[in-house]
Amino acid sequence: MSTRFWNGNMAAARAAQRARVQLVAAYPITPQTHTVEYLSQFVADGELDASMIKVESEHSALSACCGGSAVGARSFTASCSQGLQLMSEVMYFASGMRFPIVMAIANRTLSAPVNIWPDHQDTLVNRDSGWLQLYATNVQEIYDLTLLAFRVAEHVDISLPALVAYDGFILSHANEPVQEITQEQADALLPPPGVTERPILDPAAPVQFGEVLFPEWYPDYEYKKHMAVKDALAVIEEAFDEFAEATGRRYAPLEADGCEGAEVVLLGMGSMMQTARMAVDDLRAQGRRVGLLTMRSFRPFPEEALKAAMAGVDTLIVLDRDIGYGTAGMVYPDVTRTLYHADDRPRALNCVIGLGGKDITPQTILRCVEIAGEDHGDQTVFWPDARGPAEGIPWTGEVAPAGAGR
Amino acid sequence: MAVKLNEVPAVEHLSGGNLACAGCPETLAFRHVLKALGDNTIVINATGCLAVVMQMAVPKVPHFHVLLENAPAVISGIDGALETLGRREGVNLLVVAGDGGTADIGFSSLSSAVERGQDFIYVCFDNECYMNTGGQRSGTTPHGARTSTTPVGRVTKGEDRAPALRKDMVEILAAHRIPYVASTSVAYPLDLMERVQKAAQVRGPSYIHCHSPCPTGWGMKAEETITAARLAVETGSVVMYEIENGVRRVTRKVPRRKPVDAYLAMQSRFKHVTKDPEALAAMQTQVDLGYEELMARMSP
Ligand SMILES: Cc1ncc(C[n+]2csc(CCOP(=O)(O)OP(=O)(O)O)c2C)c(N)n1
Ligand code: SF4
Repeated sequence: MSTRFWNGNMAAARAAQRARVQLVAAYPITPQTHTVEYLSQFVADGELDASMIKVESEHSALSACCGGSAVGARSFTASCSQGLQLMSEVMYFASGMRFPIVMAIANRTLSAPVNIWPDHQDTLVNRDSGWLQLYATNVQEIYDLTLLAFRVAEHVDISLPALVAYDGFILSHANEPVQEITQEQADALLPPPGVTERPILDPAAPVQFGEVLFPEWYPDYEYKKHMAVKDALAVIEEAFDEFAEATGRRYAPLEADGCEGAEVVLLGMGSMMQTARMAVDDLRAQGRRVGLLTMRSFRPFPEEALKAAMAGVDTLIVLDRDIGYGTAGMVYPDVTRTLYHADDRPRALNCVIGLGGKDITPQTILRCVEIAGEDHGDQTVFWPDARGPAEGIPWTGEVAPAGAGR
Repeated sequence: MAVKLNEVPAVEHLSGGNLACAGCPETLAFRHVLKALGDNTIVINATGCLAVVMQMAVPKVPHFHVLLENAPAVISGIDGALETLGRREGVNLLVVAGDGGTADIGFSSLSSAVERGQDFIYVCFDNECYMNTGGQRSGTTPHGARTSTTPVGRVTKGEDRAPALRKDMVEILAAHRIPYVASTSVAYPLDLMERVQKAAQVRGPSYIHCHSPCPTGWGMKAEETITAARLAVETGSVVMYEIENGVRRVTRKVPRRKPVDAYLAMQSRFKHVTKDPEALAAMQTQVDLGYEELMARMSP
């Protein structure tokens, strides 16, 4: 096993190569572009035996992957932001067809205003597209999760597309040491490419795809898809276990650290969890009991692990790098829904931070923890890093500071 | 290489019974396209009447109803994937789509798939409107035609964009310089089959535009589909021709063109035109100009 020094996009591309993808179709968009370029180079150099479809749009990229998947080929694409939105129609189509396509996403927010920097808006607005959603906190995880995504997506009981999301620039463009997996290890972890029990389009055994499903049976089809997303949790855990045995790197869909009996627990996804760790280390050094919950799997949603982590917790702060306009961040509702009936139900607050690439610093995280100790009445949603109506006034959002007009 | 009547395969690739209107041109033409290609074919069907109709008259070849605008992209993926998997040889890849799926919403996907040189046959059944959604105008709707989005009202009378602006998909695909492009008609199934067989022999993209008068959308009797399709050719409103490696050839010559009156008169979508001698004369002029312009472009 050798150590490489890769950026996040390279890690995603190398993982796809290790997975021996057979069809790649992608369209450039900042900050994902390198992934397409790297894969093109691998194919050009004969390092990857795949068809590269140089499509004219993301809509066509995912459509071409659907074609590849329909004849049984392992298919891969990459996108984000505007590209992902253009794909959205096909995302639902792909999951409905139960095509196990894997997509790498260098998260970027959505226009307008134009902004090419990261938040989780692009993947979370596609929350209910039927795709499994994994979130990496560093470059190594991009590599590992992308490889494992193929295994989970193609599992015979799951057969769903999966995306691996990582913050644009912060991870896509940052070089970090990555432990490379050998081809033998990858082959042992994944089923052989191009071999599937799914029905495929083959003139030797004709099937019909994409037929109408009438209301009588529609709920049954949807229920199966719903259950496949839920069942993917056990498949992910199994994959993580086997991966840990092979590589020594252990992951969990929801990783809990120091939560039991904590006064404050911070829950979030993506690169900000590395920053949160620094802030938490500081707080712990001051004797504060602060826990950390890193969510790597947003779909399937790790409900039981979340409930289990809440024993004796006083306040849970959900860090959302995204906003469901007019309500709250988009991770928060899943968390509160899960905990509503839990025996140990902490107070749950929501901090919306880091939108459009605003730097999340340890200070941002510390401010979130501070908010939990302040009296804000029954306010639950806070915007700790938004300037608010009056420039320079520390503001927590929604409740305007005294003397500042809206 | 002409297809002879006694050589048309008796084998049917569509199962009996379907949801189409009586006299549907698309089902009829599709049946012959499949006869021309045979069993070793994978069909990608863009949303539209034919895709919906095929929910019951299911083809006996692999058939995938995709979205309205992405069929050429899906078939590109199949083309590439089969190549990697070592299963590409001998398989015909066919896209079927309506004029809306082709000329409008699916245009970029089609243009780009042929620009990449993907190896597939594209057949567009042109009924000159969006029929699956009830008959709205498309990029190929002729000037003057009444559709539900180009109604005949007090101010405007049917489709009113300039006649010359109508999308000419045959010429647009010819401009992509792909190896084979043809214009044919549901009224001439042997010609249609010959065009499809030629397309199947081509390495790379080929495009066939099949004129498909729709009784429901055009306001005709069910039994008038073929009569209308013939008249379209006999009046020169539709020219049957092919462009093979750049060489243009009329495939069905019309020695003496008929006036457009009878063709338009049988379609209630042109009622307001046929009642108005001036409008009718203008339509005749349009057809004449278009026909002559196209003939001038034929190879010597
Ligand atoms: C993205 C999208 N927009 C709109 C529709 C609705 N729709 C279904 S079929 C169709 C028109 C099809 O017309 P055409 O391609 O000419 O085929 P026809 O039905 O006339 O055979 C439309 C607009 C859709 N299915 N998908
Ligand atoms: S509306 Fe026209 S094209 Fe559609 S099924 Fe009826 S006859 Fe065929």
